[in-house]
Amino acid sequence: MRATCIDMVHELARRDPRVIYIGSDLGAGTLSAMKEEMPERFFMEGVAEANMIGMAAGLAMDGYIPFVHTISTFITRRALEQVAIDLCLHKLPVRIIGNGGGLVYAPLGPTHMAVEDIAVMRSLPDMTVIAPMDAEEMRRLMPHTLEWPGPVYIRLAKGKDEVVPHNEGASKIGEAVLVRPAGDVLFVTTGVMTQRALAAAEALSSSGISCGVLHMHTLKPMDGQRLMALADGKRLVVTVEEHTLIGGLGSSVAEYFVDHAGEMTIPRLLRLGLPDKFLSGYGSQNYLLEQCGLDPEGIESRVRAVLGEEKTSSSAARPKI
Amino acid sequence: MSNAPKSTTLPVKGRLDERSRHLRNMVIDALEGGARGHPGAALSLIEILRVLYDDVLRFRSDEPDWPERDRLILSKGHGCLALYAMLADKGYIPAEELNRQSRPGAMLGGHPEDHIPGVEASTGSLGHGLAIGNGLALAARMQKRDSRVFVIMGDGEINEGSVWEAAMCAAKHGLENLVAIIDRNKLQSYGPTAEVLDIEPLADKWRSFGFAVGEADGHDVAALRDVFRMTPIEPGRPSVIICHTVKGRGVSMAEHNPEWHHKSYLSDAEIAEIRKSIGES
Repeated sequence: MRATCIDMVHELARRDPRVIYIGSDLGAGTLSAMKEEMPERFFMEGVAEANMIGMAAGLAMDGYIPFVHTISTFITRRALEQVAIDLCLHKLPVRIIGNGGGLVYAPLGPTHMAVEDIAVMRSLPDMTVIAPMDAEEMRRLMPHTLEWPGPVYIRLAKGKDEVVPHNEGASKIGEAVLVRPAGDVLFVTTGVMTQRALAAAEALSSSGISCGVLHMHTLKPMDGQRLMALADGKRLVVTVEEHTLIGGLGSSVAEYFVDHAGEMTIPRLLRLGLPDKFLSGYGSQNYLLEQCGLDPEGIESRVRAVLGEEKTSSSAARPKI
Repeated sequence: MSNAPKSTTLPVKGRLDERSRHLRNMVIDALEGGARGHPGAALSLIEILRVLYDDVLRFRSDEPDWPERDRLILSKGHGCLALYAMLADKGYIPAEELNRQSRPGAMLGGHPEDHIPGVEASTGSLGHGLAIGNGLALAARMQKRDSRVFVIMGDGEINEGSVWEAAMCAAKHGLENLVAIIDRNKLQSYGPTAEVLDIEPLADKWRSFGFAVGEADGHDVAALRDVFRMTPIEPGRPSVIICHTVKGRGVSMAEHNPEWHHKSYLSDAEIAEIRKSIGES
């Protein structure tokens, strides 16, 4: 997904002269093909994120569509004011590509793990937030960014993520994707948690708990209509996100349910995500996900526990941290 | 060697001319109309803005988005009463809007927003303008326009680290179509810049960051004309013009007085005293 996203910037730049790439001191050789082919539209700036965002704003004011790119936390934490004021307040079509959404950088520690980026970006007026699940979806969504109004935050996963087959046609920003038909339980997922929730859904379904999976690649604006149509009256809705439980997907779904209480039968809601703490322990993304109960087995256990159908002891259903 | 002009004897003590007094009274119209504002920061800017709009900038007030225009960003957005006066003077906005400044539903507020005709960027939080200016200057170069970009910053504003990130970037790209202007009034909100956070040696700092540096008395119209017309000071480099000014210039009780950084709810008698002082300045 990561390589596809960046390569797509080059491809979009070939199609559209407004497209510009601006990186912040990324790895040697990043987008070297684009740099060679169109050096005037390739910028590699220093370790200076505030300037990068402001510079992108200025370019966008005069007609360009800059794709700015660096590690997610360095934009969503350090340059937050520039994102809010320079991009959102001016409603500029700058696309922010954030490497390392969630726990991708687990071996590098808490300074590099973007665990509250969705909450922060989603709370900014006029910001769009997307977290695709695989390279194929990224390939489908990126062209839509060209005409999408206002700034867009693109949360990248690690790469080489399993491609999820589905029959929902072309992905469009703002339209959720049903990757597994709805059952008694509906998983609502984003990013690469979709693959993990799918595995849990299959395990649960094979033991008689039918589960669907609705993938929300667009966290803002969220496809509330599709959510309501599928969640209305369900036995259980489970949100799964690689993100703090404060302000992310689970919060969005809860807010939507409360705001539409008169239009639907609100189902029981189980929100699975990261605890409200800085995660230490290094290891790997999968290691920390497992510690937080967000691996397929952990997700399955917690759903069983909530439904009162534990196949193991209840302590197994609790996250370890 | 740089052909930058030498420092002048600062500041000039001469009287303001009729146009400078008129523009200051327009600032007071807005201060009175909104019952609040940053008079000190606006009054130090008057001659800088006046010379830019009268003699330097290329613009069409009846076509604010004219692509070939020069871009001006008031990065020290709290000086906006001076910008509003100038925009009204040039016909971008009706002068009556000054009287409604910051009132409910008003076009003009305590910091400028880009929906106001003639305002390029919404500012207020300090340290944003120069980076945006970098983008605008790069865009002009890429689009082969000879538009120039002027970014006015306060001397307190350049405490912000983002200014220096942007300065390095401007120098890296050799943005000779970018002119940074420092309103060097030597006072920030709490007190003297020398005490709150000393920024000297200021010219050397900018020089070491890759800028060609000019200086002028920021209330001397002729000197400002000369120095702005010299830009770009050096080919292939961005320019910075350090304008030595007096915070609150033209209102005797406000000059050099940090308590006039922001004022609200001035009485009729105080407004009358301000106007009298401008008349005598």
